[in-house]
Amino acid sequence: MYLVEEATQLADRVFQMWITAPQVARHARAGQFLIIRLDETGERVPLTISAVRGDQVRIIFMAVGKTTEHLSSMKKGDAISDVVGPLGTPSEIERYGTVVVIGGGVGIASTPIIAREAKEAGNHVIGIIGARNKDFLILEDEMTEICDELFITTDDGSKGVHGFASTVLDELCKNQKLDCVWIVGPAIMMKVTSAVTRPYGVKTFVSLNPIMVDGTGMCGSCRVTVGGETKFACVDGPEFDAHQVDFDELMSRQRTYTDEEKASLEHYHHGGCGCCGGDH
Amino acid sequence: MSGSVKDFSEVNRGLSEENAVFEALRCMNCVRPTCMKGCPVCIDIPAFIQQIAERDFAGAAATLKKDNMLPAICGRVCPQESQCEGACILAKKEKPVAIGALERFVADWERKHGMTLPEIAPPSGKRVAVVGSGPAGLTAAAELARLGHTVTVFESLHEAGGVLTYGIPNFRLPKDIVRAEIEQVKALGVEIRLNHLVGRSVSTDELLSYDAVFLGTGAGLPYFMDIEGENLNGVYSANEFLTRVNLMHADCFPEFDTPVKRGCRVVVVGGGNVAMDAARVARRLGGEVTLVYRRRKEDLPARAVEVANAVAEGVQFVCCANPVRVIGEKTVEGVECVQMEMCDLDESGRPKPSCIEGSNFVIEADVFIEAIGQGPNPLLISMLPHLDRARRGNVVVDDDGMTTIDGVYAGGDVATGAATVIWAMGSAKKAAAAIDRHLRRE
Ligand SMILES: Cc1cc2nc3c(=O)[nH]c(=O)nc-3n(C[C@H](O)[C@H](O)[C@H](O)COP(=O)(O)OP(=O)(O)OC[C@H]3O[C@@H](n4cnc5c(N)ncnc54)[C@H](O)[C@@H]3O)c2cc1C
Ligand SMILES: Cc1cc2nc3c(=O)[nH]c(=O)nc-3n(C[C@H](O)[C@H](O)[C@H](O)COP(=O)(O)OP(=O)(O)OC[C@H]3O[C@@H](n4cnc5c(N)ncnc54)[C@H](O)[C@@H]3O)c2cc1C
Ligand code: SF4
Ligand code: SF4
Ligand code: FES
Ligand SMILES: [Mg+2]
Repeated sequence: MYLVEEATQLADRVFQMWITAPQVARHARAGQFLIIRLDETGERVPLTISAVRGDQVRIIFMAVGKTTEHLSSMKKGDAISDVVGPLGTPSEIERYGTVVVIGGGVGIASTPIIAREAKEAGNHVIGIIGARNKDFLILEDEMTEICDELFITTDDGSKGVHGFASTVLDELCKNQKLDCVWIVGPAIMMKVTSAVTRPYGVKTFVSLNPIMVDGTGMCGSCRVTVGGETKFACVDGPEFDAHQVDFDELMSRQRTYTDEEKASLEHYHHGGCGCCGGDH
Repeated sequence: MSGSVKDFSEVNRGLSEENAVFEALRCMNCVRPTCMKGCPVCIDIPAFIQQIAERDFAGAAATLKKDNMLPAICGRVCPQESQCEGACILAKKEKPVAIGALERFVADWERKHGMTLPEIAPPSGKRVAVVGSGPAGLTAAAELARLGHTVTVFESLHEAGGVLTYGIPNFRLPKDIVRAEIEQVKALGVEIRLNHLVGRSVSTDELLSYDAVFLGTGAGLPYFMDIEGENLNGVYSANEFLTRVNLMHADCFPEFDTPVKRGCRVVVVGGGNVAMDAARVARRLGGEVTLVYRRRKEDLPARAVEVANAVAEGVQFVCCANPVRVIGEKTVEGVECVQMEMCDLDESGRPKPSCIEGSNFVIEADVFIEAIGQGPNPLLISMLPHLDRARRGNVVVDDDGMTTIDGVYAGGDVATGAATVIWAMGSAKKAAAAIDRHLRRE
């Protein structure tokens, strides 16, 4: 059992949670994730490790379906059945020179730990965090503190630059030499944003989020095509060279269980009362 | 004895007490029992069978436990026809003694009547790390604990058992039985730390700080065919399909959260036990199931009894064929196959299949499951410096299970490549004995 130490809401449907998981906290590095299983009937769900303090790890998640909704209802003192990690290969942090760390929506969750390690490795770190509107922006203070420069974008212009992270990135690419870029966010956002750096030949990493089960390389559920080759995102990634990724395949595979996910959420809300005519 | 394909309850119901005693009386209590040569963990077969004949079931259980801490499991899943029973002196004359069924009977009897533990040696003060809680890891752990060592097993999944838990379906190996036998191993003082992926949650330095290490990480890496359309939605490795159902209980979705595509028409490719399991699970989820195998039906590597069960449960076999492409827009719509002809024998003595040009045909399908084999998961073993690996990725070991790193031993599928439960246990037992010698020498 893994104790929830702190649970707070950061934005509409976005939650932050600190969990005691010593074996994860001890080894966690930027770019890695963990997998949780809430209880005996739970599924295994991957979430990025967003920060570490002592024996605890922080996750930030958006309530989008059954498991994340259930998780969002948990409070300090509640226990999570299983937490395994850190999983995945850590970010390739080196002294590149000038690096940009971009987070879109709940993907911002992954940025502080990458930005911090990049900073510690001696890079000039530029952050870009973007959201639909200012109410969805998270971790602004933390990123302000870590980054040498921070840009904020909102789709509706309610704060910072009116537009997308790609808008700012494009400007940066035009005006200066960038040495490495990380982009974390929804697949479509990563696809669009990473297209910006391609003509400039800037090394760009994206953190892929295919559907996972074990997270240890034994099922192949998480396979993605990178540079024409099949990779298992849970062990070979989740970070890959953005310019080699088949994003359309990723997005298609992410939708494999759309119907089932709807049924699962229904079932969670109406909890087996038999009124919604499910399979059982 | 084919079970209902509607549920996941055990197909083979086992022997009654009377039938067990009756069967035991057939054993001739040979002076040189050939059967034992066929058992990789060297159970004293005539002894436990005599005890059954004398209705000393508790004594029979104790005899089994001396050499095998997982008898209820082995009694069910060992390929006895090519192991102990194949070597029984009666196999040539009439029918071999049903050793596996008897072993299962005794283990089940003991579970109902209260389990007893074998003796444990005084503490040696040595710490051993075991990686993986499959049959190899469990066996090494049990042996070492009995020899007095302090054993910690690390398992990456949230449940112990390896393939016994996530791979072999309930209707062949009920999970409460797996759990009960694992509890026995724990009762010997073995600590099992779940949710610990060694190499990630435990560093290799931490691992190597133990007095000895046993690697039992299995061969869990699924191979894919590398054909067009393989990443369409609805294509599964057998590992994924079986894990979703056996470990995550997707058959009970949405009571359990994990979904699986049930499939109206399912195509499974492969001819081993894994393929049979995938096909039979798919049948139970309600699909029409076609199994495609590239050689002839008589070449199927799966156990004959599993093939017979699959046939009885309505799995269609298409032999001498091989998938070449998965067809579909976003999800699987069909599997294009090509017919195969059998040419000269290959090294394994089986005919070598080769494609017949232009013989392509399509099987309609919405789910496609690949059960074409697995290799060792490279994660941990590629992180250990100076650990030699063979061409297929498996860890190189000597006769004692010792790897090329001092104090690090390996057994089971990670050393042999995908094999059987009992071979995994046999190699683990040997390695445990060698680890014990290693620890006492120091
Ligand atoms: C490496 C990795 C890191 C991630 N980090 C975060 C994070 O930090 N914060 C966050 O909010 N989300 C993160 N996700 C996505 C998160 O796993 C999904 O949002 C979550 O599984 C949704 O579960 P659900 O039951 O609430 O919703 P569902 O309704 O079941 O699913 C909603 C969508 O989430 C995706 N999803 C569903 N099941 C899985 C699964 N088993 N594995 C992966 N994706 C799935 C699917 O695309 C699905 O359409 C990450 C995913 C990966 C692979
Ligand atoms: C579907 C299926 C059906 C089968 N049917 C039969 C049968 O009927 N009869 C038979 O005899 N054999 C059968 N086999 C083969 C048999 O199950 C295997 O040979 C046997 O399980 C191998 O045992 P093992 O302990 O070496 O590995 P596994 O059972 O694979 O166990 C390895 C364990 O190690 C864990 N692990 C891996 N890496 C790490 C790590 N880095 N850190 C922590 N934990 C780790 C894994 O999660 C797993 O739990 C079948 C196999 C499959 C897949
Ligand atoms: S463990 Fe397997 S091989 Fe050994 S006696 Fe039992 S059934 Fe036969
Ligand atoms: S070889 Fe057959 S008959 Fe002889 S002891 Fe073994 S089981 Fe009995
Ligand atoms: S999630 Fe199973 S192999 Fe990656
Ligand atoms: Mg879900």
